[in-house]
Amino acid sequence: MLSPEEKKEIEAEFTHYPTKQAVCIDAMKVVQKHRGWVSDEALRDVAALLDMAPDELDGIATFYNRIYRRPVGRHVILLCDSVSCWIMGYERIRGALMERLGIRLGQTTADHRFTFLPNVCLGACDRAPVMMVNEDLHLDLKTEKIEKILEEYS
Amino acid sequence: MPTLEKPLTQHLRTDGTPLDLDAYEQAGGYQGLRKALQMSPAEVTETVKRAGLRGRGGAGFPTGVKWSLVPMGAGAPHPKYLVANADEMEPGAFKDRRLLEGNPHQLIEGMIIAAYAIEADVAYIFLRWAYRQAQEALSRAIAEATERGYLGREILGSGHGLKMILHVSAGRYICGEETALLNALEGKRANPRAKPPYPQTVGLWGKPTVVNNVETLCNIPHILKNGADWFKGLSRTKDGGTKLYGASGKVKRPGLWELPMGTPAREILEEHAGGMRDGLRFRAAIPGGASTEFITDAQLDVPMDFDALRTVGSRLGTGTMIILDDQTCPVGLLWNLEQFFAQESCGWCTPCWSGLSWVEQVLGAMERGEGEEKDLEILREQTKFMAPGNTFCALAPGAMEPLASGLNYFCDDFKRHIDEKRCPWRMNGDTLR
Ligand SMILES: Cc1cc2nc3c(=O)[nH]c(=O)nc-3n(C[C@H](O)[C@H](O)[C@H](O)COP(=O)(O)O)c2cc1C
Ligand code: SF4
Ligand code: FES
Repeated sequence: MLSPEEKKEIEAEFTHYPTKQAVCIDAMKVVQKHRGWVSDEALRDVAALLDMAPDELDGIATFYNRIYRRPVGRHVILLCDSVSCWIMGYERIRGALMERLGIRLGQTTADHRFTFLPNVCLGACDRAPVMMVNEDLHLDLKTEKIEKILEEYS
Repeated sequence: MPTLEKPLTQHLRTDGTPLDLDAYEQAGGYQGLRKALQMSPAEVTETVKRAGLRGRGGAGFPTGVKWSLVPMGAGAPHPKYLVANADEMEPGAFKDRRLLEGNPHQLIEGMIIAAYAIEADVAYIFLRWAYRQAQEALSRAIAEATERGYLGREILGSGHGLKMILHVSAGRYICGEETALLNALEGKRANPRAKPPYPQTVGLWGKPTVVNNVETLCNIPHILKNGADWFKGLSRTKDGGTKLYGASGKVKRPGLWELPMGTPAREILEEHAGGMRDGLRFRAAIPGGASTEFITDAQLDVPMDFDALRTVGSRLGTGTMIILDDQTCPVGLLWNLEQFFAQESCGWCTPCWSGLSWVEQVLGAMERGEGEEKDLEILREQTKFMAPGNTFCALAPGAMEPLASGLNYFCDDFKRHIDEKRCPWRMNGDTLR
């Protein structure tokens, strides 16, 4: 069941588009904001609200990179793996993060504290290498800085 | 010689906080809109045409010409739409972000003028998901502009109305392609649409739609305020205006600069980016984001504009250069680029989805020291299979631009990978995964 709050936030989007379907990406983002990810059940509820078939909505959900169809940890680390960051030492930063977190890209730590994901260019290439943790952008990364940055997220 | 005016960035604050409405108005903001409203829509479009503004999203299509393809007048279908393309997911491109975060009203004013010129009723800003600061700045600015009567049913009592909506994408590079963007806005998978019909006549929900890049739209208020001749005078070449140029990679001062259109790459690299870091030498540059051809030292004096870069076999693209130094492996760099394109292919057409993943795997094998002589031929062949016209959209041809030129310029480096069965740049036990 969608919570009354989720429903209200989704319905507020209806005025922005001439069709209900156009709201579907915003709707899944609303659910994700509240629950961290979009479960099968939530997907079915959103589809029903928007008069869409669940399969159709799933096809859209899986197309986009930032709709999570599996649970994620409390903090999501998005490490830029694109060209400028690669030149500036992405592989070393990735290595340091894997070692510190004890997981590989795509995985979540056992304590559910962090999910570690690759991400395409974050649009801060002049400050590469770069990563985002939740909403925060961390620029000019150095392996020595990693520990201190992660400490900010309990 | 052009003056050194920087209309787009002159008011950006060094601490990155956005200009609010009052600060923007004090800096001369919304004067261009006031002027535009005194003109007819056709006159506004004509002014933009005369200014010689070409789209800053990569392809360089003349903006005024694009607008003039929209059906106008009493018989035109409504609602008509204007979309600001703020997707900016091209690796190595980071120009629109600065404009969105630092001066959101400049974009909004440009959009209101553009909407007036094409008689649009609704405007969307299609913003990439990662730009959280821009999202906040834009939401606040739209609210401010609405409150002060720049948006809404009656813009400054002109009888013309505009509704503006911020749409935050869920992330996929192909969303930046203008017809894929329309599908994304309609809540579908972002596969590109067949052209023609062009969006100017059949766009969002089948209605006339113009899609323009953020930097393009940010130029509009200044053109209206100061005139077409002034805009032309900013440039060193016949394409009007200034351009946001950037450099990333191992230069002394990576960054973003607004300079006259047509500034040579060498000047940007040496004067603005401070040259290469100590101990490194310049090897090549990708001038305009990930999907443009390499240029080398021999082409560095070419003006960075649409036509001149064409003459040396490259493209201006986004104008944000990626610099390759002599201690970074060109094969590794190309592998990184092609991994991106393979991952972001929308999967609609076969040459792209299967070709790109093949290319990516071949490059990966080479970098691991498992390359074979025949691989070079395979890669060359693929650049032909994915040449312009052979795929449904420009993603795959764009992916082939750095590869085709890289195969030319770095032939010896490819050969060394194959002969030595290793990457010559990864000799100190660097790991690949
Ligand atoms: C794969 C692909 C991605 C693109 N991404 C962007 C983008 O992020 N931003 C942008 O303005 N244009 C992008 N474009 C170009 C747009 O399709 C379109 O040409 C542009 O938005 C038009 O605006 P302009 O005329 O103002 O340049 C992309 C094109 C392709 C093929
Ligand atoms: S070229 Fe690639 S991205 Fe473009 S439509 Fe074909 S599969 Fe999709
Ligand atoms: S390449 Fe990493 S932020 Fe652009």
